[in-house]
Amino acid sequence: MPYLGSEDVVKELKKALCNPHIQADRLRYRNVIQRVIRMPKLDQWGQAEVLNFLLRYEPRSEEELFDILNLLDSFLKSSSPGVVMGATKLFLILAKKFPHVQTDVLVQVKGPLLAACSSESRELCFAALCHVRQILHSLPGHFSSHYKKFFCSYSEPHYIKLQKVEVLCELVNDENVQQVLEELRGYCTDVSADFAQAAIFAIGGIARTYTDQCVQILTELLGLRQEHITTVVVQTFRDLVWLCPQCTEAVCQALPGCEENIQDSEGKQALIWLLGVHGERIPNAPYVLEDFVENVKSETFPAVTMELLTALLRLFLSRPAECQDTLGRLLHYCIEEEKNMAVRDRGLFYYRLLLAGIDEVKRILCSPKSDPSLGLLEDQAERPVNSWASDFNTLVPVYGKARWATISKYQGAEHRGPELPDTASFATSGPLIPEENKERVQELPDSGALVLVPNCQLTAEYFEKTWFSLKVAHQQVFPWRGAVHPDTLQMALQVVNIQTIAMSRAGAHPWKAYLSAQDDTGCLFLTELLLESENSEMQISVKQNEPRTETLNSFISVLETVFGTIGDIKS
Amino acid sequence: MISQFFILSSKGDPLIYKDFRGDSGGRDVAELFYRKLTGLPGDESPVVMHHDDRHFIHIRHSGLYLVATTSENISPFSLLELLSRLATLLGDYCGSLGEGTISRNVALVYELLDEVLDYGYVQTTSTEMLRNFIQTEAVVSKPFSLFDLSSVGLFGAETQQSKVAPSSAASRPVLSSRSDQSQKNEVFLDVVERLSVLIASNGSLLKVDVQGEIRLKSFLPSGSEMRIGLTEEFCVGKSELRGYGPGIRVDEVSFHSSVLLEEFESHRILRLQPPQGELTVMRYQLSDDLPSPLPFRLFPSVQWDRGSGRLQVYLKLRCDLPPKSLSQELSGPEQKAELGDGALHWDLPRVQGGSQLSGLFQMDVPGLPGPSGQGPSTMAPPLGLGPASLSFELPRHTCSGLQVRFLRLAFRPCGNANPHKWVRHLSHSDAYVIRI
Repeated sequence: MPYLGSEDVVKELKKALCNPHIQADRLRYRNVIQRVIRMPKLDQWGQAEVLNFLLRYEPRSEEELFDILNLLDSFLKSSSPGVVMGATKLFLILAKKFPHVQTDVLVQVKGPLLAACSSESRELCFAALCHVRQILHSLPGHFSSHYKKFFCSYSEPHYIKLQKVEVLCELVNDENVQQVLEELRGYCTDVSADFAQAAIFAIGGIARTYTDQCVQILTELLGLRQEHITTVVVQTFRDLVWLCPQCTEAVCQALPGCEENIQDSEGKQALIWLLGVHGERIPNAPYVLEDFVENVKSETFPAVTMELLTALLRLFLSRPAECQDTLGRLLHYCIEEEKNMAVRDRGLFYYRLLLAGIDEVKRILCSPKSDPSLGLLEDQAERPVNSWASDFNTLVPVYGKARWATISKYQGAEHRGPELPDTASFATSGPLIPEENKERVQELPDSGALVLVPNCQLTAEYFEKTWFSLKVAHQQVFPWRGAVHPDTLQMALQVVNIQTIAMSRAGAHPWKAYLSAQDDTGCLFLTELLLESENSEMQISVKQNEPRTETLNSFISVLETVFGTIGDIKS
Repeated sequence: MISQFFILSSKGDPLIYKDFRGDSGGRDVAELFYRKLTGLPGDESPVVMHHDDRHFIHIRHSGLYLVATTSENISPFSLLELLSRLATLLGDYCGSLGEGTISRNVALVYELLDEVLDYGYVQTTSTEMLRNFIQTEAVVSKPFSLFDLSSVGLFGAETQQSKVAPSSAASRPVLSSRSDQSQKNEVFLDVVERLSVLIASNGSLLKVDVQGEIRLKSFLPSGSEMRIGLTEEFCVGKSELRGYGPGIRVDEVSFHSSVLLEEFESHRILRLQPPQGELTVMRYQLSDDLPSPLPFRLFPSVQWDRGSGRLQVYLKLRCDLPPKSLSQELSGPEQKAELGDGALHWDLPRVQGGSQLSGLFQMDVPGLPGPSGQGPSTMAPPLGLGPASLSFELPRHTCSGLQVRFLRLAFRPCGNANPHKWVRHLSHSDAYVIRI
């Protein structure tokens, strides 16, 4: 038990959290909690620990909630960043039903966060920047007026500069776009190629909203004729043309001349794609592609050759006379001389397609040239604060969501002893089998007679039909805390050979899932999971197409094992 | 709550290793960390790394790596704060933090770690509480000498005639043996400002940012009350107005939790009873509105000679500080210029306030072949010249204008001879960039 500054505090906290009599009595519990918050002698570590413990507390009424928030207000002004962030997280979690309170507290924490971003300590700066990005996902305009604080400075380490550039990209608005773009333009000619490329991608990101200015800047950059700059600019153009078709004209005018400065695979693919899809507006497109075809024998990247095939065929449809000869030579090379089977296959496919007639070719190759709706999907306008509030002030924003997902999948493979007393009762049946040991699956401890067959794929219609025709064999509730992570759950079920037919996305209320499994005798288990809201209970309904109680019980215990281990991971 | 804590030297040699929970790995974890750190791809941050169910989080301080491992998903801010506080604490106890001092005081460091962290949980980091438990004495490398002016350290005083205290004066251990009563009672107060400036190529000011700290290092017995008086016209925020004239303004201030602020509103006096050791009393920020002119302005002019491929850069540096102050570069005594790493370095040991210095630099640049058709002798001009970045230190000058008016100690009847008070104001550049 941490020292927390004094023995009294420890005693009080122990009482509040471990004594069931106090927990049963709401009033005494609340009093103890309030006394703990008011403890004057806590040092910054004690305060941070108290704030952490309080995350588990559920105020029963709005009054009580605002009482606690008032008491915690002073913690927000503490000089210790750990305490300020801990208090912010507690506010965000306690006030999850009051978005305006959440916004208020995020406004209050702006000052300390910005101070941390300019701190001398690089590490603190980095952690603060990651949290700023997290906040910008929900409140994009939050830091817009302080954009100058995120300008990169000469001596900063690379990882901090990258974060700052991302932040600049995300906080752009009408008032600061001019200055931000100018600053980013300066970074594009930086000595470090990586950083310059990151800045160019950032400009590409801003270009989705402020297309004209950005396209102009990118076109100027092409004029510098630097390899590392040109390749990234062309890739950005390719993405931009897909999302914002209005800039196609400007892009097509800028492209001629780039081919001399691109050497890497990604850049070449991007250029070739652009020439293929929009080649009719680019006068010398066929001749550039012809150049590539001349050198196809020495082309080291098969991906480039594949892209070349597609692009040339597309261009052939709109400018047949100029491309016919080149296309012929390319197809001849790919079919007769190319050693990479994927490229040869594609060449053969296109040849046979041509033999089938020009209409067939048009039907297959004339795909849409742009999809602006994709930009809207990708933008993910403003995720609600509650989706990341529990990750605030933890290591999750520092790693980034993607990296954290891989880490937690890896960690899920090992069983960790129950640290919190209330999850101890669930995780009893042994470790979740790690993915790499799937071949050595032993029988699950409680299953006895039950062996679930892998790869039993039921179609959705069959599942539905069977579901409605059966009666519920068993119903149970399972205590659950927090939100469901569908991917983790699906994977965990997969390991024990339970297939997921359908699953709601994370954060849906109510959350539902339909699972199916089949044992080696052909007995089907159809399961419905229902979670009304977070922190309530998970309702499990199981239907069996042959009434067999022992296998049913075994199946239930398998499900319990999975849930127990998933719950462990989350806590 | 941490599992292990270790300190590595700048080359990765483990100096200290302590395992608190015994639940992950052994001593080889230190080597693992260093290998992972040096092998990290450029765009991944080294601050928090993950390996084998463990998170490694570290800070760099005085060339050392202080690393903690944990298997829980805990607050990065708390962990980083803990590591910084440990660094300060070790510095207080050993005199200064460095490879040498740590190696000499290994027993003391382990004792400190034992008291500060129990089973990975923080018990206390307060110097006051800890001094009751720590028995080991710190080992110092050489006796403290007033004539040691060679090292430049964090605390110290300017070299005026009778008041000389070298910067290494503050780097002796704070809590030495209690039996030695001849220890001087001293207190060092530093007002340090970091200046970040960005000037565009047309001379306009894009960004100016001042981050200031008032730091205190006290060798006085704890419990001595101290009052620090700041400039009375010091205003916080944009709307406050005090006194006549423009006054001294900062945007935001924050104080250490132990500072009493009753007299701050009225007379700008801070009261506190500092523990022994280092403490940051106050932090403040100021952006966009400096009362004094910028210390340096650069007037560059660049000429490119097509025929010979020679680049001429003429730099005129003007120092706009009041004439009496001196500014000092952090390098050797003579002026020199050198070209290296794709950059031109120009070192100036001292620049007088109000003076102008200029230099003409000629460089042969292997240019790109120019546009074809104009003959082989023409070469394309270079794409652009990178920005000029200045790094300097300004003693006795604060960019915001904030000054410490007085530092008074409450009278101690049984005290020793009057304690010495050293107050220093200092500004240095954090990132002073002028675009050409």
